[in-house]
Amino acid sequence: MFDFLDLDRYDLFGAFWTTVQLTVFSAIGSLILGTVLAAMRVSPVPIMRAFGTVYVHIFRNTPLTLIIVACSQLLAYTLGMSMGAEFATDTMSFRLAVLGFVLYTATFVCEALRSGINTVPVGQAEAARALGLGFTQVLTLIVLPQAFRAVVAPLANVLIALTKNTTVAAAIGVPEAALLMSDMVEQEAQLLPIAMLFGFGFIVLTLPTGLLLGRLSKRVAVKR
Amino acid sequence: MRLRRTTTLAASLLAITLTATACGGGDDDDSGNGGGGGGDEIVIGIKFDQPGLGLLTPDGDHVGFDVDVATYIAGELGYEPDQIVFQEAPSPERENLLSRGDVDMIVATYSISEEREESVDFAGPYLLAHQDLLVRADYEVPNEEAINDMTLCSVSGSTSAANVQRDIAPDARLQQNNTYSQCLTGLENGTIDALTTDDSILAGYAAQPEHQGKFRLAGLELSDEYYGVGLPKDSENLDAVNEAITAMVEEGAWDEAVAEHFGPAGYEPEAAPEIGTRPEA
Repeated sequence: MFDFLDLDRYDLFGAFWTTVQLTVFSAIGSLILGTVLAAMRVSPVPIMRAFGTVYVHIFRNTPLTLIIVACSQLLAYTLGMSMGAEFATDTMSFRLAVLGFVLYTATFVCEALRSGINTVPVGQAEAARALGLGFTQVLTLIVLPQAFRAVVAPLANVLIALTKNTTVAAAIGVPEAALLMSDMVEQEAQLLPIAMLFGFGFIVLTLPTGLLLGRLSKRVAVKR
Repeated sequence: MRLRRTTTLAASLLAITLTATACGGGDDDDSGNGGGGGGDEIVIGIKFDQPGLGLLTPDGDHVGFDVDVATYIAGELGYEPDQIVFQEAPSPERENLLSRGDVDMIVATYSISEEREESVDFAGPYLLAHQDLLVRADYEVPNEEAINDMTLCSVSGSTSAANVQRDIAPDARLQQNNTYSQCLTGLENGTIDALTTDDSILAGYAAQPEHQGKFRLAGLELSDEYYGVGLPKDSENLDAVNEAITAMVEEGAWDEAVAEHFGPAGYEPEAAPEIGTRPEA
């Protein structure tokens, strides 16, 4: 039944390695952008709050496929942007895909973090301000460290969703798991066993993430 | 109380299952007896998004070469055009549609290959296509060595994309997209040099009214793709479909369909391949 598993012809592990790389780079990027966005959404400057809100609402409500395809159609094909890579190579589509994932996932990181910020009692920020700390200091020294500890579990969900979302990158030709899957289905004409194999691959990637971060979230949560 | 609720639930589940199976049985009656005609309708799998071959127009008509072939075959099997139900057959689904019996046959740019013949039967072939390049009208036609220096575009996971990477031009920069239309943006803007897939498909895009005069086929015969009619394994219709294809070619309906759907692109496919031709391994 599994005679389609010709590893010389199909680079199964290479494809999943690309999936992992997509996930890791996008996760780092969206954690940074998401934190910046969350800071904007709670900042006392109205224009920053407005920008953060508009950004989150636009990108969170746009289908991911549309964002990824727009990265390739609009940025690359029409504006000729290739993210510092040679045009129309795997590297270019990889970087465009990471850009798309960061733009999209950052909104979910931002909203998770904002809910974490809401768990920090107002008294903490008031006390910090009374000590003479500015907004940036209150946020980075007092509020965010507690907020992050509260949202490990929601962030794990975002990470797992991101891992699976990376399959959308096949739409612009990043040679990751979903692209290899459609390649194999086309060549070998066996949809079910191949789909099951890739489904299993994703469980191997996401299940440990969920279990580990689930335990971590219990351990670091601030008991109130 | 708890017990009664469970019983009700089980009963309704059972009822739903029974109804569902009954429906399945009914479908089989409708579509399973193609043989000598006289059934109510025939379900044919076809592409909905392939200009020139199988395209669903905004007013709900199916237009294209594959559609004409399918209609002719159905006619020979004894079905009037209004007894034909066209169902979309996306590439990865084709084998499942046939083996589950959701469709009676598939006429959808279905290249005959050894791997596919393990799970389905092929009648025909009814068309011999070659992988080719579609370039801008003012672009100099490359020779086969020059392809390695080009920026190509094709559909993710397609046979054409795999051919390029493995055999034709391993060094070429190959951009893979979800649909051919996505490649056309880059081709028009000059960021991509050529779109590559079967010439029959390319001709369909070049012949679209909104693209006429912009692109042309390079005319390189990079591979042989024999399009067959997909039938369920051990189908009793195999001989009848083969005869229908032969009749279509002999009566001249085949040439008419070719002229109608590929003519505007200046593409003339080779003469109809002989029934039973298979690609060389």
